[in-house]
Amino acid sequence: MFNNYDELSDMQIDVLREIGNIGAGNAATALATILDEKVDMSVPSVKITGFDEAVQSLGGAETMTVAVLVNFSGDGNGMIMFLLNVEDAKSIMDILIGEDDSDELSEMKISGIKEIGNILGSSYVNAISALTGLNIHVSVPYIAIDMVGALMSVPIIEFGAIGDKLMFIEENFNGETNDLKSNMIMFAEINTLKIIMQKLGLEI
Amino acid sequence: MSQLIVVGISDYKFAKGPEVIVTYALGSCVGVCLYDKVTKIGGLSHVMLPDSTSFSAKDINRKKFADTALVDLVDELKRAGVRNNRMVAKIAGGAQMFEVQPGSKLGAIGERNILCVKQALSQLRIPIIAEDTGLNFGRTQYFDLATGTMKIQSLNRRIEEF
Repeated sequence: MFNNYDELSDMQIDVLREIGNIGAGNAATALATILDEKVDMSVPSVKITGFDEAVQSLGGAETMTVAVLVNFSGDGNGMIMFLLNVEDAKSIMDILIGEDDSDELSEMKISGIKEIGNILGSSYVNAISALTGLNIHVSVPYIAIDMVGALMSVPIIEFGAIGDKLMFIEENFNGETNDLKSNMIMFAEINTLKIIMQKLGLEI
Repeated sequence: MSQLIVVGISDYKFAKGPEVIVTYALGSCVGVCLYDKVTKIGGLSHVMLPDSTSFSAKDINRKKFADTALVDLVDELKRAGVRNNRMVAKIAGGAQMFEVQPGSKLGAIGERNILCVKQALSQLRIPIIAEDTGLNFGRTQYFDLATGTMKIQSLNRRIEEF
């Protein structure tokens, strides 16, 4: 029985890694379809770290980052974030709707990235839902461009109330043709992790 | 040359001028600077959550919550030689990073953090003499103990001093 993220056993962490593999695998397929190119996905990693280490692992507190956030709720509660740097966000939208002169992301491109985050988040959650039989629905997507530390304060506050550790499952995506990098991270409440494991027939 | 003392999330540090304390990328968290200009002793607390009372005492990190972190930091500052009636506060952060629907608890947390920090400071009888709070962007907060100046750096705004 675990009540804190740092009490998860190795076997439970393996299960979470597999959940990430299935969820992000589905999302990577969706991204490949959107970009019309092959997207490689890293082996998912399950990170159980302190708050500052979590921010550090995403490039350092002040790194400017584009984040699309999707909440999921129902039988399970959590959050999915799709993260990428501004240049890659712009490159993706250049491919999809055409280049412009600006180095910055236009409103239209920001809204395009938000929609991609929405599709990827939904694909991820649908895969988990299909695997576990849980009834989970996703929120509308939210987007922000800011220091990654400030963006991460949102999940840290949401999932860091008890204990001093955060758990997230991370996968890196790499679009082969244009070297477009992005990553997805998934957070879930402790109770949701318990429910998922029970549904999969694991002792908790 | 003064050193940079880094405060992490749900932590606090205190020191004496000419040291500079910094906490990076405050989002919905609130950074609280406490300062005594006579001794030039001051502390910075990176408050993550508003209120510890709904958690059982053994589970909590007191440096995480507005109601416990500030009480403890003030105690530490007093032990270091600061008199309570000389302490002043400058606060920053408590942003709403994502534009979520009104009424969602995700959107309200920054505001709740600000409110509870203000309540805690009021109970400690420490006046807030400057604040840069709310809105929708991240802030890095520098606290210069030589002067008591709070400097705020953001991605899309020029550096501001308080």
